[in-house]
Amino acid sequence: MSDPTLLPAVGVATALGVALGGALGWLAAHVRPDRRALVERIDALLPQTQCGQCRFPGCRPYAEAIAHGTADIDRCPPGGEATVRALAALLDRPPRPVDPDYGPTKPPLVAVIDEARCIGCALCLPACPVDAIVGAPRFMHTVIEAQCTGCELCLPPCPVDCIAMASPARAVRAASSAAPDR
Amino acid sequence: MDFPTAAAPHVVAGFTVPRVMLQVLLALAPVAAVQVWLYGPRPLVLLAAAGIVALACEALALRLRGRPAQAFLRDGSVLVTAALLALAVPPGLPWWLLALGTAVAVLLGKHAYGGLGQNPFNPAMVAYAVLLVSFPVEMTRWPAPGPGWDALTGATALDALRTGLREAWTIEEVRAGTEFGLVGAADAEWVNLAALAGGLYLLARRVIRWHIPVAMLAGLAVPAALANALDPGAHIGAAFHLASGATMLGAFFIATDPVSAAASSRGRLVYGAGIGTLTWIIRSWGSFPDGVAFAVLLMNLAVPLIDRWTVPRIHGHPRG
Amino acid sequence: MSSRSVPHGGLRLDGHKSRPLEQPVLAVPPPRTCILALDQGSGEEAEAIVEPGTRVRVGTRVAAGRGTAADLHAPVSGTVTGATRLPTAAGEGRCLVIESDGRDEREPGVAPLDWQALDGPSLIERLAASGLAGLGGAAFPTASKLAMARAEAVELLVLNGAECEPWICCDDALMRERAAEVVLGARVMLAASGAAHGVIAVEDDKPEACAALEAALVVTGDARLELRVLPALFPLGAEGLLIAALTGREVPHDGLPPDVGVVCQNVGTAAAAARFVTEGLPAVTRIVTVTGGGVRRPANVEARLGTPVVELIAACGGYRTTPDRLIAGGALTGRTLASDDVPVTKGLNCVLAATAADLPARGPEMPCIRCGDCADVCPVQLLPQQLHRAARADDVAALARHGLAACIECGCCDYVCPSAIPLTARFRAARERQRLLGAERRRTEEARARFERHCERLAAQAEEERRAFEDARRRARGDGPPSGTG
Repeated sequence: MSDPTLLPAVGVATALGVALGGALGWLAAHVRPDRRALVERIDALLPQTQCGQCRFPGCRPYAEAIAHGTADIDRCPPGGEATVRALAALLDRPPRPVDPDYGPTKPPLVAVIDEARCIGCALCLPACPVDAIVGAPRFMHTVIEAQCTGCELCLPPCPVDCIAMASPARAVRAASSAAPDR
Repeated sequence: MDFPTAAAPHVVAGFTVPRVMLQVLLALAPVAAVQVWLYGPRPLVLLAAAGIVALACEALALRLRGRPAQAFLRDGSVLVTAALLALAVPPGLPWWLLALGTAVAVLLGKHAYGGLGQNPFNPAMVAYAVLLVSFPVEMTRWPAPGPGWDALTGATALDALRTGLREAWTIEEVRAGTEFGLVGAADAEWVNLAALAGGLYLLARRVIRWHIPVAMLAGLAVPAALANALDPGAHIGAAFHLASGATMLGAFFIATDPVSAAASSRGRLVYGAGIGTLTWIIRSWGSFPDGVAFAVLLMNLAVPLIDRWTVPRIHGHPRG
Repeated sequence: MSSRSVPHGGLRLDGHKSRPLEQPVLAVPPPRTCILALDQGSGEEAEAIVEPGTRVRVGTRVAAGRGTAADLHAPVSGTVTGATRLPTAAGEGRCLVIESDGRDEREPGVAPLDWQALDGPSLIERLAASGLAGLGGAAFPTASKLAMARAEAVELLVLNGAECEPWICCDDALMRERAAEVVLGARVMLAASGAAHGVIAVEDDKPEACAALEAALVVTGDARLELRVLPALFPLGAEGLLIAALTGREVPHDGLPPDVGVVCQNVGTAAAAARFVTEGLPAVTRIVTVTGGGVRRPANVEARLGTPVVELIAACGGYRTTPDRLIAGGALTGRTLASDDVPVTKGLNCVLAATAADLPARGPEMPCIRCGDCADVCPVQLLPQQLHRAARADDVAALARHGLAACIECGCCDYVCPSAIPLTARFRAARERQRLLGAERRRTEEARARFERHCERLAAQAEEERRAFEDARRRARGDGPPSGTG
């Protein structure tokens, strides 16, 4: 073991290790990932139901919370398992089931107004986050099925309980036709 | 009257994996025959040992992975791996070393990655490399050319080339040695001829396509010929390279393993050429006598990149 | 005559076409109960315009075309008994049921058309009223196609007589027996589309058809038309590949043949157009190949639309043995029929009563060994191996990169796969998933946009209210003019 090149070799390897390791550590601590781009990418994976079941006022605030690490990825029942898995893949975390504390996972539903019972009070109009209810005070209200995200925010304000959730009859076929109607 | 329904297409050609593997084994028969002629019955012992160990390891691995053993054992792919390994190693190799190698090939080279169709590296070459690096003496001890297989053991032609050049002999002087035959290495040139025959059979039966063998042989011959033209004293010619070592076996049987090769035709040309050139480089300047095994493994590493860069232009998509 | 550009891949297959061609085309008697599917194979249903109880004659218009569905005319004379959902070749669909009175009376006023006196657009209008649709299988309204061709100023009309798929030989029989009609149809279509010249493309496994067409072309003496013979390769008859082989031009993957100056029609459609101008009768019959080991006397038959398939088989001697599968179309791209009560439609070109001997069994599925045979035979130069991997992983980006949308579902890759992987079915499923995913993504984007506008609206409202409040407060306090800043 009296090889004259041994000590210098060990010295060089150690120095390299310390230098590279230190550089990586410094980068990890000081170079922040682009948070805004991350928020966009998370938001793109959320279903945009704007229902608030995740306890945030909309999908974007939830996306921001995930990006900042203040919320976990399992809070979105409308997105269901598919959304959790997509988020897990994006953020390189293990997927988990949707937390039932934030609501049960349901199949896609749309709101339907029972026109026989609607009294035209217009209280449900401002409740809809995507303005999918058309109507005016003392005029019949109706939900545009193609625009309804199923968030159920219109159900509580209705004083006569005339809104129910139902399976979208033409949802798939309507979605698969070419341009959306505006 | 009612009828059962099924999805199109309703006919198939009837090619199966076992049929493909059987053709490959048939094509290896000339190689085995030549080895027996040169070295006596020992290669058959090695083939049998490798085959049995391979099947046993495959069954064990399938049991451990919870897969149906019957279907997969019958497909014969593991027998091809075993045969290639048995024919690539020196015939004097202790059978238990070959068994060890076969176990490495099947368990580490194939099933650790997910079994049939999932291995990124050629399993036979993984085993060969492991054996070569772990047991360099046994793996480079080939019988000396001449009658009687257990007479003397000595260096191969590629060995002699390397040591001779290092001792500043010229090519002509090295070539005078007994390790050299008519065109290539003394015994290996016959093995190469047999492998070439088997390979042409596979080409004719359309079991393999021409891209990888042609590309590999060209990738080996062209730099060799160029170097030989530029410096004949330091570099031996292309003909020697084509007829020595595991060149033909590699070109037609080893490199053409579809699972670890590139996917598209253009990709396969690049893959084959890379193997050929790397083989020549390793043979000329590397510390191992034959470079085929390592060349294959190195190009296996490059396959995902080659696949990414050689996606063919789809019909109807813009050209260029 | 050789092809302009060598097609990539493809398969040379056993034709199985000789038996039905041993005899001339058989006429099948009109059905007692005519089941006229409102979706004749194009995917969209025409709109019925007759009420139950209406008396109709052969040629009476009974359904108005819309979208990709052409007009429909009664193939038999009798009474319309209703419109109900019945089994069809597409699974199930709305059908007009007409009980035949056996008299086979024609609609009065049906008369030959002096097509040469009409200009292009007028000719197209008359063809639209004839209900002519693509008889090659897609059943797309011919008049719409020709109108599009005229609008895009195409210069080449291609008549597709390739019939590359094994078992199907109805076009072969048509070209042998009625070559003159095919040529006349070509001339009619040239006039309608405004194309400068036309090519009739036939594969080289049909020498009798080629001879008949050559003779008919000589008799007609129209210098704009020529016959081109192509190698018998499956699936060279696919529109895009045929055009590439004839002209060297590739139809863009997101475009149509008029984009490269070509309009493509099936020879059967051309013959039907010829019949329409010579007799004035709308499209109510078509030639169907009835073949397979399950049929006693395979033949090509001419049947009225709406004839149940079981009657076609009966006309061919009935079942020789119970078939394993009843396929509408060829063995590679055909759809299986759940029952033989489904009716003949414009898009039905072959009924294959296949026995086990006709359809070699597929082995159990093994993992992909990356042999690359699938890529070697893919006619559109895809890498089915990589597509398969991407489809299994549901990797949308990889599927798009490897061109899943360009897959023509010909089945060549399935045919050669040594691991018996059902590639075509996987790709079909993956495309369906892509379509639904795309639709889902569009809905999500819309919802996000609407939410953002909703928030903006609320913010603007709040701002307005704040300003109004400020103004009111200022006025109440008796201060100067209202603030204009906000």
